[in-house]
Amino acid sequence: MKITIRDITKRYGAFTALQNVSLEVPQGKLVALLGPSGSGKTTLLRVIAGLEAPDSGSVLYEQDDVTQRAAKERNVGFVFQHYALFGHMTIFENIAFGLRVRKWKNDAVRERVTELLRLIQLEGLEKRLPSQLSGGQRQRVALARALAASPQMLLLDEPFGALDAKVRADLRRWIRQLHDEIHMTSVFVTHDQEEAFEVADHVVVMNKGRIEQEGAPDEVFAHPANAFVTDFLGHVNVFHGRIQNGRAHIGTVEMPMSFDVPAPEDHAEEGAEVTAYIRPHEVDIDRVSHGSDSMFAIVTRVNRSGSTVKIALVAQEGQLPLDVELPHERDAELGLVVNDRVWVYPRQVRVFRREEAALDKETAA
Amino acid sequence: MMSTFRFKERSVLPGFGLSLGYALFYLSILVLIPLSTLFWKAGSEGWPHFVSAAFSPQAVASYKLTFGAALLAATVNMFAGLLVAWVLVRYSFWGKSLVDALVDMPFALPTAVGGIALATVYGPNGWIGAHLAKLGVNVIQTPIGIVIALIFISLPFVVRTVQPVLQELDAQLEEAASSLGASRWMTFRRVLFPYIWPALLTGTTLAFARAIGEYGSVIFITSNIPFRTQITPQLIYTRLDEYDYAGATAIAVVMLVVSFALLLGINALQAWSRKRMRG
Repeated sequence: MKITIRDITKRYGAFTALQNVSLEVPQGKLVALLGPSGSGKTTLLRVIAGLEAPDSGSVLYEQDDVTQRAAKERNVGFVFQHYALFGHMTIFENIAFGLRVRKWKNDAVRERVTELLRLIQLEGLEKRLPSQLSGGQRQRVALARALAASPQMLLLDEPFGALDAKVRADLRRWIRQLHDEIHMTSVFVTHDQEEAFEVADHVVVMNKGRIEQEGAPDEVFAHPANAFVTDFLGHVNVFHGRIQNGRAHIGTVEMPMSFDVPAPEDHAEEGAEVTAYIRPHEVDIDRVSHGSDSMFAIVTRVNRSGSTVKIALVAQEGQLPLDVELPHERDAELGLVVNDRVWVYPRQVRVFRREEAALDKETAA
Repeated sequence: MMSTFRFKERSVLPGFGLSLGYALFYLSILVLIPLSTLFWKAGSEGWPHFVSAAFSPQAVASYKLTFGAALLAATVNMFAGLLVAWVLVRYSFWGKSLVDALVDMPFALPTAVGGIALATVYGPNGWIGAHLAKLGVNVIQTPIGIVIALIFISLPFVVRTVQPVLQELDAQLEEAASSLGASRWMTFRRVLFPYIWPALLTGTTLAFARAIGEYGSVIFITSNIPFRTQITPQLIYTRLDEYDYAGATAIAVVMLVVSFALLLGINALQAWSRKRMRG
C-alpha cells in the first residue's frame, strides 16, 4: 500500500505542528520520520493513521482519499510508545481484540493468535496479563495486536522509546527482520538518528513542522542538505567564521591559526557570517602543520575505551573546544598524551550561512 | 548462596508503631466502643425480646423500605453519577467549574436544608410537583419522595470516586481500540468500562451506605407512617421517643450488621477486581 501525503497543515492554536507537508511512502518500504521533539513527526504519523484530522491537505492510500475517514475505518496497525495494551485482558485477548471486533469465529481467532504468538516468540505466555511481561515483551504483544487483522500498513510511534538500551537494540533488529519477511508498508517515528539509520530504508528528517530532507540513510548522512540536518545527525563540532576572498575563514580572524575552507557556493557574498560543521571522525591529527587548512590545538583528554579513540582538544588559545575520533591504528602511530601540541586538519567541512544555522539551532534546542 | 542471610528491612518512614497505635486508639474511641455498646444494650433484655423488637412486622417493613429505597437511589446514581463524571472530565463547556462545584452541594448542605428544598420543589404546589400531580404522581408522602431525597444526598459519592479514574484513563487505550477497528460503544464497553468499574462499584457502595443512614432530608418529604413511609432511622427515633431503648438498639443492631456485611462484601469484590486489573 502506497501512502501519499499532500500539503498537510495542522495547527494547535497558535502552534503549527505541520506546515504544507507532502510525502510519499512507497509500497513495502520501511520509512523513518526523524526529528527533535516538536518537529511534527508524531503528528504526521497520527494524521496518516486517522487519529488526528489535518486542517488542510489530504492523505491517500494508493488512489483512495482517506482524509475524512476515521481511524477505525482505515485498517491500519498502530503501535504506541507506551504499548497501550488493555490491562484487564490476557495477552491472547489483547492480540485477538481486532479479530473479535471483526467478528471472527473462535477457531479462526485461535489459529491467527497462535500464529502471531509464534511470530513474536511469546508462545506459552498467552494467559498472562500485560503487567506480567517485560517492556520488550509488551511492545512485541502490541505489535502482534496491530498486525492481527492484517492491516494495510504498520505505523509505529517511537516504538523503542520506553525500552532500555539492550532490549531496544534487539527489538530494532527484530523489527527490521520482520519487515524483510512480511514487506508491509511501515512508517515509524523516532528522535534517535542511529535508530532511523539502522532500521529504515528511507529517512525523512523533520523540523518545525516541515520536512528538511529525505532520502536513503547513506545519502542523507553523506550529503546533509542544510545546517539543521548536519547538526541533528549525530555529534558535530560547530565553528563560526566569515567569508573572506571567496573562502570561508573559520575561527577568530586575528588569530594566525585558523583554517580556510571553500565557501558555500550559493551564499558566497564577501563578509557573510558562516557556521562550519565538522564531524569528529572526519578530522585527522598530526604533529606537523599542513598549511593554512590546519589549526593548532592542545590535547586535553584521550579516551581509548571505544571502537575509536576519542580525543578532546582546545584550539585558538582555549577558545575552541574540538572533538576528534581517530582509528586506534592512527592513535598508535601518534602516541598522543594530554597537553601534547598538535595540528588538526579536517578532511571534510560543511559550511552554511550563519543566519539560517543560528535559527535552526535555536529550535533544535 | 550468600544471599540467604538478610537484615530485616526497615521502612524509610519512622514511627510505624506510634502511628498504628494512634490509629487503633482513635478508631476504638470513635467507632468500636460506641458500636459495641450498641450490641450490649440490645442484648440487655434477652434474646426473645431482641428478636421480637428487631423483627416485628413494622421493623421488617421499615428495613424493606430503607434498603430498597437506598438500593434504588444508589443504582440511579450509578448511571447518573457516571454520566455527570464523564461530562465533567471529557468535555469543556461554559460554566463547567460551577457545575463541578454544584456536585458537592449535597455534601456541604445540612440535609435538612436539602429536604426542605426538595419538599418545596416536589410539593403539590412546587415547580415540578405541580406537573407531576397533574399526571397523578404524588411524590411527597410516598416512597418516591424518599428515593428522590436519597438520590439527592448520595450523588456526590459516585461522581467523586469515578471522576479521578476517568481523568487518569490513558487516551491511547481508546486510540488503540479505534485503530483496531472498534466502534465507540465497543471501546467503552470492552476497554474503558473494565477500568472504571471498580471505582464505580466503590462509589455506588458509598452512595448506598450513605443512603441507608439518611434521616434529615427524608423527614421533610414524608411523614412517619408505619408500613408505608417509615424508614428505619425514623422507627429507631420513634422507639426512643417511647423510652424503648432496648427495642431501638435491637433495630439499630440489625442495620449495623447488614450495612457492615454489605460493605465487607463489596470491599472483597473490589479487592478482587483491582487485583485482576493491576498493570
